[in-house]
Amino acid sequence: MDMPFLSPHDTDLGTPEKISDQQVSLHIDGHPVTVPRGTSLMRAAALTGLSIPKLCATDTLEPFGSCRLCLVEIEGRKGFPASCTTPAEEGMVVRTQSTQLAQLRRGVMELYISDHPLDCLTCASNGDCELQDMAGAVGLREVRYPSIEHHHLTAQKDDSNPYFVYDPSKCIVCNRCVRACEEIQGTFALTLSGRGFSSRVSPGESQPFMASECVSCGACVDACPTATLVEKSILEAGQPEYSVVTTCAYCGVGCGFKADMKGTEVVRMTPWKGGKANEGHACVKGRFAWGYATHKDRILTPMIRKHITDPWQVVSWEEAIQYAASEFRRIQGTYGRDAVGGITSSRCTNEETYLAQKMVRAAFGNNNVDTCARVCHSPTGYGLGMTYGTSAGTQTFKSVEHSDVILIIGANPTDAHPVFGSRLKKRLREGARLIIIDPRRIDLVQGPHFKADYLLQLRPGTNVAIINAIAHVIVTEGLVASDFVNTRCDMESFQAWKAFVVQPHNSPEAMEPVTGVPATQVREAARLYATGGNAAIYYGLGVTEHAQGSTMVIGIANLAMVTGNIGKEGVGVNPLRGQNNVQGSCDMGSFPHEYPGYRHVSDDATRHSFESAWGLPLRKEPGLRIPNMFEAALDGSFRGLYCQGEDIVQSDPNTQHVIAALSSLECLVVQDIFLNETAKYAHVFLPGSSFLEKDGTFTNAERRISRVRKVMPPKGGMSDWEVTVALSNALGYPMHYSHPSEIMDEIARLTPTFSGVSYDLLDRLGSVQWPCDDQNPEGTPLMHVGSFVRGLGQFMITQYVPTDEKVTPKFPLLLTTGRILSQYNVGAQTRRTANMAFHSEDRLDIHPHDAEDRGILDGDWVGVSSRSGNTVLRAHVSERMSPGVVYTTFHFPESGSNVITTDNSDWATNCPEYKVTAVQVTRVRQMSDWQKYHQQFDEMQQHLLRPGPEQMTPS
Amino acid sequence: MTQVILGGLDGNRTWRLADYVARGGYEALRKALSGMTPEQVIEEVKKSSLRGRGGAGFPTGLKWTFMPRNYSGDKYVVCNSDEGEPGTFKDRDILRYNPHALIEGMILAGYAMGATRGYNYIHGEIWSVYERCEEAVQEARDAGFLGQNILGSEFSFDLFNHHGYGAYICGEETALLESLEGKKGQPRYKPPFPATYGLYGKPTTINNTETFASVPWIIRHGGQAFLELGKPNNGGTKIFSVSGHVSRPGNYEVPLGTPFAKLLEMAGGVRGGRKIKAVIPGGSSMPVLPGDVMMQLDMDYDSISKAGSMLGSGAVIVMDETTCMVRALERLSWFYHEESCGQCTPCREGTGWLYRVIHRMEHGQGRAEDLDLLLSLSDNIQGRTICALGDAAAMPVRSFVNHFRAEFEHHVTHKRCLVEGSARQEKVA
Ligand SMILES: Cc1cc2nc3c(=O)[nH]c(=O)nc-3n(C[C@H](O)[C@H](O)[C@H](O)COP(=O)(O)O)c2cc1C
Ligand code: SF4
Ligand code: SF4
Ligand code: SF4
Ligand code: SF4
Ligand code: FES
Repeated sequence: MDMPFLSPHDTDLGTPEKISDQQVSLHIDGHPVTVPRGTSLMRAAALTGLSIPKLCATDTLEPFGSCRLCLVEIEGRKGFPASCTTPAEEGMVVRTQSTQLAQLRRGVMELYISDHPLDCLTCASNGDCELQDMAGAVGLREVRYPSIEHHHLTAQKDDSNPYFVYDPSKCIVCNRCVRACEEIQGTFALTLSGRGFSSRVSPGESQPFMASECVSCGACVDACPTATLVEKSILEAGQPEYSVVTTCAYCGVGCGFKADMKGTEVVRMTPWKGGKANEGHACVKGRFAWGYATHKDRILTPMIRKHITDPWQVVSWEEAIQYAASEFRRIQGTYGRDAVGGITSSRCTNEETYLAQKMVRAAFGNNNVDTCARVCHSPTGYGLGMTYGTSAGTQTFKSVEHSDVILIIGANPTDAHPVFGSRLKKRLREGARLIIIDPRRIDLVQGPHFKADYLLQLRPGTNVAIINAIAHVIVTEGLVASDFVNTRCDMESFQAWKAFVVQPHNSPEAMEPVTGVPATQVREAARLYATGGNAAIYYGLGVTEHAQGSTMVIGIANLAMVTGNIGKEGVGVNPLRGQNNVQGSCDMGSFPHEYPGYRHVSDDATRHSFESAWGLPLRKEPGLRIPNMFEAALDGSFRGLYCQGEDIVQSDPNTQHVIAALSSLECLVVQDIFLNETAKYAHVFLPGSSFLEKDGTFTNAERRISRVRKVMPPKGGMSDWEVTVALSNALGYPMHYSHPSEIMDEIARLTPTFSGVSYDLLDRLGSVQWPCDDQNPEGTPLMHVGSFVRGLGQFMITQYVPTDEKVTPKFPLLLTTGRILSQYNVGAQTRRTANMAFHSEDRLDIHPHDAEDRGILDGDWVGVSSRSGNTVLRAHVSERMSPGVVYTTFHFPESGSNVITTDNSDWATNCPEYKVTAVQVTRVRQMSDWQKYHQQFDEMQQHLLRPGPEQMTPS
Repeated sequence: MTQVILGGLDGNRTWRLADYVARGGYEALRKALSGMTPEQVIEEVKKSSLRGRGGAGFPTGLKWTFMPRNYSGDKYVVCNSDEGEPGTFKDRDILRYNPHALIEGMILAGYAMGATRGYNYIHGEIWSVYERCEEAVQEARDAGFLGQNILGSEFSFDLFNHHGYGAYICGEETALLESLEGKKGQPRYKPPFPATYGLYGKPTTINNTETFASVPWIIRHGGQAFLELGKPNNGGTKIFSVSGHVSRPGNYEVPLGTPFAKLLEMAGGVRGGRKIKAVIPGGSSMPVLPGDVMMQLDMDYDSISKAGSMLGSGAVIVMDETTCMVRALERLSWFYHEESCGQCTPCREGTGWLYRVIHRMEHGQGRAEDLDLLLSLSDNIQGRTICALGDAAAMPVRSFVNHFRAEFEHHVTHKRCLVEGSARQEKVA
């Protein structure tokens, strides 16, 4: 059933596809060909199976016409036009081979080789080098140039980048890397410096790669036809034998990858051209940071212990699972059925998440299951569900190619969703207008060949105030898309909403003192959004992780409806999901109140369908949410927790509160690949498997379901889904699956929006966007076309309520948090890769004024204290923040970013208010108390994991 | 003798607007704006048979018809004042001594093609000329010849000088556009041609300084009068930059069709009464011709081209009998090797090998097979590159070797120079 192994070499049609409604017909070497107007001769030839020699062309980049190998003859034209840059025309008669062309191509190859080292046999790209291939193809037999003054053969290598090497001596100056960095990645880090024979690829101003603007996306390495830019992993391991298509396990973009393999060893991950989310692009995380999978810190054997102060005992799978099951049963026996629960992870596959919630509902017999999406995108589910009827984004990523105005709210795509960020930048370079609503000057505010039209740099916590002000302008200035609203939306709700937003207190002028954003800017931005053509909204956790997170999502949904920006290409409301499977874990029903497909547990019909499929009665009362589990643990009614692939200690807010809750549990079972922060409080450790070790599916931010494929056996012996099955069996609720595809079949049977999904379909289509059912057998790229899923779009009133988290003389600054490109969330994976070279500590960004007031210099240690706790970080003085706002990332456990964040949360979904914490910042000389505690506790736990020989007690 | 551009000038004293107006300047503009349609202006230019003075000699009127008529966005006219071709030094004299002729010519071109903006791209190494052009443009603007509703008409046009950075390749029209856009000056592949995809992707016409500066005269006196200054298909006068071994090097504006012998005489003849050996008639990129051949030729596009060279930019480089042709070619090859932008392989790698092989010969290390290697390499470059710099590098090599093969062979076999008294002789091993 699996896709067959692929060759590591992609076919390359030479130039990108051209779309046209006109076709032209011509003859190439006697073969008739018909192609869309605008198609190059090279591509037309390739489509008929002819291959014209080429070096500077590749079908991911616009043609450049510089190597001159692809020259052809066209009847009736003089000279030798380059087939990569010459468009096919009606009636052309083209010859791709002739004696003259052969002589000419040999001449070009001879010139190339006259300045190229002849060490093919020991070269990293031996077997994967287009220069070699072309020398063979054109029949180069001799190089007549005397070997004097070979200029470039002794050029210095640059191995500053942790993942790839640049060896200028092998460069053929084809410009593919430069164009890849510009056209695909949009960073413009590379240029060809110098002129003529001394032209060389140069990062920045002839700097080493690491010192340049390069963000290590690897696009240039992919594009390079020679060994000039080559992965260090290939230098070490040699060329791959075969490739397997899989999906990145980092962010919610969900890039398709080819795992390039040698036996069961991954030698490289290359972005898959067939991946519809990424179309052959990647970022530094997915492309390079996969080494954690074989890191020495992986824990490969099950372990148990009675108390968290006991040393870990290595046991068999059998024993660990029996122990966990008996503990859960004991706890339920003593404290009641509801005293245990489970937490699923957005990092795990759909199948694993589905099984985990099934186990909780069927084997634990309660609904105490929640997911880490609680802490990121639960408001999205709620807000979009209420207004549109579907808890998901409305578009594909590709849709942005049709956007005229792009509104980004509380998201930082170039760091957190880099491959989408690159798509976005491409559209901006083509002239789309840009509005950013963010407390920080994110990189998208200005970059190579684009600039935001408006940056509404609001105070953290005032999102709803801004969105209401924008709506106010649209309604009061007569910019409502009346046709759309009249035909597509619920008029009663619209009237009520309209009456609300026109109230003077919602005007930009009235809100200016609250948001800190000049009213004129808000007015202009609102006009642009409403009248600038196709307008699309992209938002991230800067929207959801607030006390009014759900209100803001609703506000966004209202805005798209009132301007008619729903239901076609280039528009829509698009949540950017933080983790690879946030969408999927929500879809899979890992909520205390919802079954897969967002159906309430109290809905009898739904519940009955699960009851009959699972063969037992199910509870109709919702279970506990994560924060409720912590509270119940502290009050003694909740005693056992199964935590799958999620590090709640590091990622949930108010760490000390979380630790207190976990410390009070009698049985904490953690299933993970590393001894993460949560596992340090666990009683049972079940080794997890990385995405390379299992089959399954992830669902990205576009609702796209993609396959994850096993390329190596699970290092701990069992795949994650097998572990859940075993635990459920041991709990007395038997599950029978021989492959994750069968789990997907069950999901499809029980979930209407997934009814058409199967592994066969995924193998055939590559990926599919739900809803996928009888009406949409190949999925649904675009939602709400013609009508909303819920019928009429529902407007909802979004009253701005200031957060309780207010600045005071004691806590005069607002802290907000976010991510950086090279590290990923809690960092468990990326910290165990060479990505540490890019970012090795979390820092506190602080505006120069605030720093000066406090006598803080760049690099000083500063204490950050809030109502919840305090921690110490290094300061980074930066003008990205407005005065009064500070910022940090949360990738390192010792930073304790969440020691400072508070218990405040979204009113509707309990999504924590990570983005707003009132703090004070002062210069300090030593670690905070919490950090001291953390250090000691960590040392102890490491010790309990690997006790020295003298402490080993014979058992 | 009528001089279209250099006539009536007195060095640095007569470049200002008032002087130009006194010479009849801006009358053509008045005439066009008050009584001619844009099509009629183009018609006159066509009739004049003015050919591009930048090198290729392409008929200017015809080029102007390539611009789309009913295009709604911006269109541009661009003046190529990058003048970098070795031997050519006429455009800088036009800019320095008669800048308003260029300005008026560009306004007329803008009117004819419906362009609202012009850019004058000035060679990077002539700062004072750039400053003068800035002053002249300001004068024209102040006098209402540039700006909104010029001379009360519907037509608006403005002009900007741009100071380049001094790379030869930026004279190639599409590299010039890239450079003007603020990018590295590298030629674009064609098609699309600038008339469809030019500056910032908009329809653009690029002409040489001398080409534009000829237009006011044509409009004032009529295309027919201009044509009659020269000969059929070779209308008007042309400025020749005469350099090399002559007594009075300098710019000479003479009617096209003037015998070379006469031009040489105007430049004071060959220096020191020596014998003429060779002439490059149109700038260093054009094939060299033996002196005795040249002495029989007229200086116009068709005559020179029939003899196997090209009139090019009109830079006449005269070499006397003491010139070592190997050494001369070595110097030229060095130039193209230096100036290749490096995009396309045949030019980037090929110009390097041309230079290195010739250099070896000149230094007495040539091999017997090197002459054929040079010719085959030139074949591999010419006609196969993105821009004409490849041709420009190859053509001199072929013509030098073809016309003076014996001299090259002597260098290879005897490891020394054939030319008695060559300044280089003592250096040869
Ligand atoms: C390498 C190269 C350098 C050139 N340099 C110049 C130059 O300096 N000035 C110029 O007018 N044309 C130059 N040209 C020619 C231009 O590309 C273009 O043909 C000319 O500006 C057109 O103007 P015209 O039609 O008025 O001659 C050059 C061409 C090449 C290939
Ligand atoms: S790795 Fe990416 S960002 Fe860096 S130079 Fe290459 S293409 Fe540009
Ligand atoms: S580094 Fe590679 S891609 Fe870049 S110019 Fe050199 S050979 Fe081409
Ligand atoms: S953009 Fe996201 S999904 Fe794509 S490679 Fe990077 S981390 Fe992976
Ligand atoms: S021919 Fe030479 S100068 Fe012209 S584009 Fe090619 S490399 Fe550049
Ligand atoms: S492939 Fe067309 S010129 Fe290089």
